Amino acid sequence: MRIIVSLICGTIFGFGLYISGMIDPQKVLGFLDIWAIADGGWDPSLAFVMGGGLAVAIPIFQFAKNRTEAVCGGEISLPTNRAITTKLVVGGLLFGTGWGLVGYCPGPALSALAFGHTDTIIFVVAMIAGMGGARAIGLNK
Amino acid sequence: MENFTPISALIGGGLIGLASGLYLLLNGRIAGISGILGGLLTPTKGGSAVFERLAFVIGLIVGPFILMNATEIEAQSVVTSSLPVIIVAGLLVGLGTTIGSGCTSGHGICGLSRFSLRSLVATLSFMAAGFVTVLVTSHLMGGM
Repeated sequence: MRIIVSLICGTIFGFGLYISGMIDPQKVLGFLDIWAIADGGWDPSLAFVMGGGLAVAIPIFQFAKNRTEAVCGGEISLPTNRAITTKLVVGGLLFGTGWGLVGYCPGPALSALAFGHTDTIIFVVAMIAGMGGARAIGLNK
Repeated sequence: MENFTPISALIGGGLIGLASGLYLLLNGRIAGISGILGGLLTPTKGGSAVFERLAFVIGLIVGPFILMNATEIEAQSVVTSSLPVIIVAGLLVGLGTTIGSGCTSGHGICGLSRFSLRSLVATLSFMAAGFVTVLVTSHLMGGM
């Protein structure tokens, strides 16, 4: 059951990335280019994706937070780490730099594999190598 | 703002929020894509955890595949960067999300939905770096 739920949630998530246009790096870069606001070239769509996402997710998360058990069994496992560390910020800055270079973050990069473009495959392989390398030297701890 | 698509952005965003919410409520897990993918590299949790993660990743690819083949809804995914830039960017995204424990989904959607200050700081960090990177590549260096 949990595996089917995962497949369905992943598919809905993929629908969202496709419909919102976030599967296209150019759409994402259009948002990150806030420097084009003055000449009317900025695309605020990503902010609306976040807004739509939060509007639906916040009520569900706040409801789920007070439950002790997940519907399909097992605990509701919410992160307990609240520490704001240098590592958190440095990780965010490195991720944001890579994100700004091509326009892919992990979700859209994986979903875009559906198009079968070589550039996307190379990006995903490099991303997995980066994750594997960082984990190999314990940077995920 | 000729490329601005507020309606499809809101609908797509709503679906992303729905998927994240359902994943937490039904399976008890955070739908952070970098965490789900990274967890596949070094499986530590027992039981069906690996298969659940794999199923989520398969769904992420199947979803768009269904829409592009079975509906009239169109989308594209265009990469304009050169090969070295694609590789460096991929490495940075993999490294950064691992060090920072999350990405746009885990910190941006899930973290902010549970009002986590830690996730807000992470989100502001990667957004700021994204803005500055685009400033450098598109405006100061004239496109890469």
